[in-house]
Amino acid sequence: MTSERIQHLDRDHAHYLLHQMLRVRRFEEKCAELYQATKIRGFLHLYIGEEAIAVGAMGVLEPDDAVVATYREHGHALVRGVSGGSIMAEMYGKQEGCSRGRGGSMHLFDSETRFYGGNGIVGGGLPIAVGLALADKLQNRRNVTLCFFGEGAVAEGEFHESLNLASLWDLPVVFCCENNLYAMGTALERSESDTNIAIKAASYEMPAWTVDGMNVLAVEDAVRKAVDATRQGGGPHFLEFRTYRFRAHSMFDPELYRDKAEVAFWRDRDPIKTFTELLKEQELIEDGELVQIEEMVAAEVEAAVAFAEGGTWEPVSELTRFVYSDGSGL
Amino acid sequence: MPVAPTLVKTTYREAVRAAMQEALERDDRVFLMGEDVGAYGGCYAVSLGLLEEFGPERIRDTPLSESAFVGAGIGAALAGMRPIVEVMTVNFSLLALDQILNNAATILHMSGGQFNVPLVIRMATGAGRQLAAQHSHSLEGWYAHIPGIRVLTPATVEDARGMLWPALMDPDPVLIFENALLYNLEGEIAEDAGPVSIDQAIVRHSGTDITLITYGGSLGKTLQAAKELQRDGIGAEVIDLRTLRPLDMGTVLASVRKTNRALIVDEGWRSGGISAEITTRLVEEAFYDLDAPVARVCSEEVPIPYAKHMEEAAIPQVPKIVAAAREVMGFDE
Ligand SMILES: Cc1ncc(C[n+]2csc(CCOP(=O)(O)OP(=O)(O)O)c2C)c(N)n1
Repeated sequence: MTSERIQHLDRDHAHYLLHQMLRVRRFEEKCAELYQATKIRGFLHLYIGEEAIAVGAMGVLEPDDAVVATYREHGHALVRGVSGGSIMAEMYGKQEGCSRGRGGSMHLFDSETRFYGGNGIVGGGLPIAVGLALADKLQNRRNVTLCFFGEGAVAEGEFHESLNLASLWDLPVVFCCENNLYAMGTALERSESDTNIAIKAASYEMPAWTVDGMNVLAVEDAVRKAVDATRQGGGPHFLEFRTYRFRAHSMFDPELYRDKAEVAFWRDRDPIKTFTELLKEQELIEDGELVQIEEMVAAEVEAAVAFAEGGTWEPVSELTRFVYSDGSGL
Repeated sequence: MPVAPTLVKTTYREAVRAAMQEALERDDRVFLMGEDVGAYGGCYAVSLGLLEEFGPERIRDTPLSESAFVGAGIGAALAGMRPIVEVMTVNFSLLALDQILNNAATILHMSGGQFNVPLVIRMATGAGRQLAAQHSHSLEGWYAHIPGIRVLTPATVEDARGMLWPALMDPDPVLIFENALLYNLEGEIAEDAGPVSIDQAIVRHSGTDITLITYGGSLGKTLQAAKELQRDGIGAEVIDLRTLRPLDMGTVLASVRKTNRALIVDEGWRSGGISAEITTRLVEEAFYDLDAPVARVCSEEVPIPYAKHMEEAAIPQVPKIVAAAREVMGFDE
């Protein structure tokens, strides 16, 4: 991080970034707890450690921009503006959830914020992002689509087909690869012949670069640059964020494939810890303010849980709704 | 007098692993490849320990490239190997559907019989774990639509242990569907348990009043339903299809000719599913033996939802099977 960037860091904005990262962190810590308590079921993929990416990216977007994410998307949804209560209710399977309890943790959707889902199929979101961008372009809307996916998706054909199409048709989409080095238990160097991901994207003739995904300011700068250029007609952009997930792949993962020293190395780079330290060092935050932010976050998480607890079960008679738009079950 | 075999306790998961271990030991041409089968130990821990035992050449981790590694399995099979390709779940096999249908199932025919594809593809299937619509579907019946491939659905530890070897020895592509809820199933098998038939259905419970036809993850529920029906004095015969393609209609017809009533239980969807195929064959081949219309308990025609009560309502359950069987029994001409 250049010292110049830090000098220009506005106090309120710094607090905003820290607040957002803490919202995601505490929300998910609660999710893990609720999973143990069997309130949340199915798969639960935590984003803990990677918060700087969603937080740095979402702040740059306009309300009409679109977002496509993966099954590791609680943070993206939360920061994009989907309410914590409706996300938590979704994970409880309640009909007040953002997907009426039909989707669960992996399938958060929200039309208000143009959040086109958590996708459970690796690589499955990229072609959809291309289509969203195509529609915006065809309708002369200056929106940008932000598409998040893990580095595991880079090995899928859909990744390459999507990048090619986006570039060929000059579409307003920014691809955000969250490279946390592992696809479940498969390390990047065991799945890619060339581990430089940005170079693959660049070969499709789009600007592509690698960003420190543990540094929220670096993320924000990079996404702003890419989104602004894309919005101005500069075509697709590609960002590879270097990051690490601190927790297991999902709640079922014994983590046999990585050693403790490596995890410790990355935990040292915890985006929340390092950013907090930076703000203290620069005297951009006082301890009291930090406590205040934590209190705000705790209250929000508590309210989200209360909302989910108070939610209701959709009647089974509605099971076959939403198969066809006219409500008919065939 | 035959000596009773020594029985050992095992699980479905261990049985699949033991079958792979045996195949790898027995035949140099056999190798396993798929996502996270090695270092991770398999996403359902089925291949845990195999990497240490057989090394990375034969326990081959692949990137997330379903189409490419299934296709590579086809190529390797064409050129003399006997690959076991693991696709984590049937949901992800859709990314490889082109290879399975357009290549594996057709090359023998398109080449005028010159090239056969001795490939085994294993994958998990089924709902029941609140994984929602992209991780819960049962498409094995749908795969059974395709001529050129064989579709196996082991539902017991014996079948989990015994179906792999004959599948590997089959000159043509074989798809093995392991219902994910079965991996923890415990059972006893003979210490020297070996290959089983991959051609025949089997009667898992005898009865004379109604035939319940099922397979895979629904077998347990159907046997449970048969027990409940017994309490009402209804003798239900339960048939485990075991193989969805080719269908062993001989076993099914023999039972239906005895009971004169049939109910099919299938976790796949009803429209155009394997239950529809079985119904049609019963109508074609046993119409005059039937005392009541053939009935079905299938998944509701909806992508599987996340919420527990909704998911339960979407897939076959014991009370639904019992109620449907009673209705068939109550049918009056
Ligand atoms: C097409 C497909 N194949 C396999 C899976 C199973 N699976 C789920 S997540 C995952 C790893 C993906 O890793 P990555 O894309 O790097 O994202 P991360 O989980 O690290 O965020 C795998 C193999 C899947 N969901 N979809």
